[in-house]
Amino acid sequence: MASQSQAQAQAQMHAQSLMKLDNKTSKRSNMLLEQNVSRPRRDRVGLGAFAFLFAEIIRYSQNRVLGIQDLEAKLNEIGQRVGVRMFELSMWREKTVHREMRVLQTLVFINTVVWRALFDKQADSLERSTENDDEYMITDNEPAVLKYISVPKEMSSFSPGAFISGIVEAIARCCQCPARVTSHVVPADGLPLRTVILLKFDKEVMDREKRLEAGK
Amino acid sequence: MEKQYKAIGEEAWKNNAEKINAELFIFTYGSLVVQLVKDYENYSAVNKQLDKMGYNIGVRMVDDMMARTSLERCTGFSATAEVIAKVGFKLFLNVIPTVANWSADAKEFSLILDDNPLNDFCELPPKAVADGLRYSNVLCGVIRGALEMMQMQTEVEYVRDVLCGDDVSEIRVKLLRMLDEEVPASDD
Repeated sequence: MASQSQAQAQAQMHAQSLMKLDNKTSKRSNMLLEQNVSRPRRDRVGLGAFAFLFAEIIRYSQNRVLGIQDLEAKLNEIGQRVGVRMFELSMWREKTVHREMRVLQTLVFINTVVWRALFDKQADSLERSTENDDEYMITDNEPAVLKYISVPKEMSSFSPGAFISGIVEAIARCCQCPARVTSHVVPADGLPLRTVILLKFDKEVMDREKRLEAGK
Repeated sequence: MEKQYKAIGEEAWKNNAEKINAELFIFTYGSLVVQLVKDYENYSAVNKQLDKMGYNIGVRMVDDMMARTSLERCTGFSATAEVIAKVGFKLFLNVIPTVANWSADAKEFSLILDDNPLNDFCELPPKAVADGLRYSNVLCGVIRGALEMMQMQTEVEYVRDVLCGDDVSEIRVKLLRMLDEEVPASDD
């Protein structure tokens, strides 16, 4: 009996010391949990702040990779972490009960909801590739995030939009439509930064689409 | 005097600043910090890298700020502090920290960040807190870099951080010396 209460007291003490250790940071967690996220807490920051930060991200990544492909992969990775979080927030805010699973719905979701959440406008166009059924393109004529990034001539194949394609890739995956997403700079008249985000959906996704289509 | 800087900051924010969605910026910064933590596997190295990146940003940012405002040469270090808080922070992050805790010789002050956008959505794991990760350390670098371009050599560091359980976030800025006009050092 005595040993039991002793054990109990010990457990209590242990719990208390854990709480003490945790108390400082848990204040922060509680604050975060109680925060209402259904509406953005703050609206805007300076584009300058983002542009300088993004430039540093590219510079930092560039020092740690060997080629342009690696550099794009690195930016893609950084974008993906943004995409996952943006997806959760958009889902919550849109009050959509179900998550999109069909390819077309997913694309429209990215084209409108996600673009609006990130860039305050819809993407300029959404097209299906004429050559391959599993390829789709989202075009942004003037991506604000790339506005102050100038790519040197010797790196002309580098597309800083890899960051955006990372965001899109993460969101497509969250929608159960995994795809390989790449970005390409396709300048048009007066739109030097026009960027095309190319999504090539995985084979399973296309197979599933066919099954769902047939089952209708 | 103080009022005037506030007005300049507000003016510049309203009329001369291009803006971007705050959450995109916040998430992107978070993603960068995650990347650094993964790459370095050592929190003090991450702090150092963030400071370095901040410095690179600061030396350029100060030009951007000058271009977007009609600021005149600061009359003294206290004016500098006001400009950092009311114009610099306002123009880029749309917040205004409080300038406080001046040292007796007027060469040191603190910026109290009541509201730091970078902290939104952020919670540090206990290990990072214990090892002293300064999540927003980039800000220190930015201030140091910007002041260096204004011929002021400074030491800037976080002394308190809400993410580590402190009640407020406080950045301490210490003026070491005034620099002579010279060619800026290479930044990489």
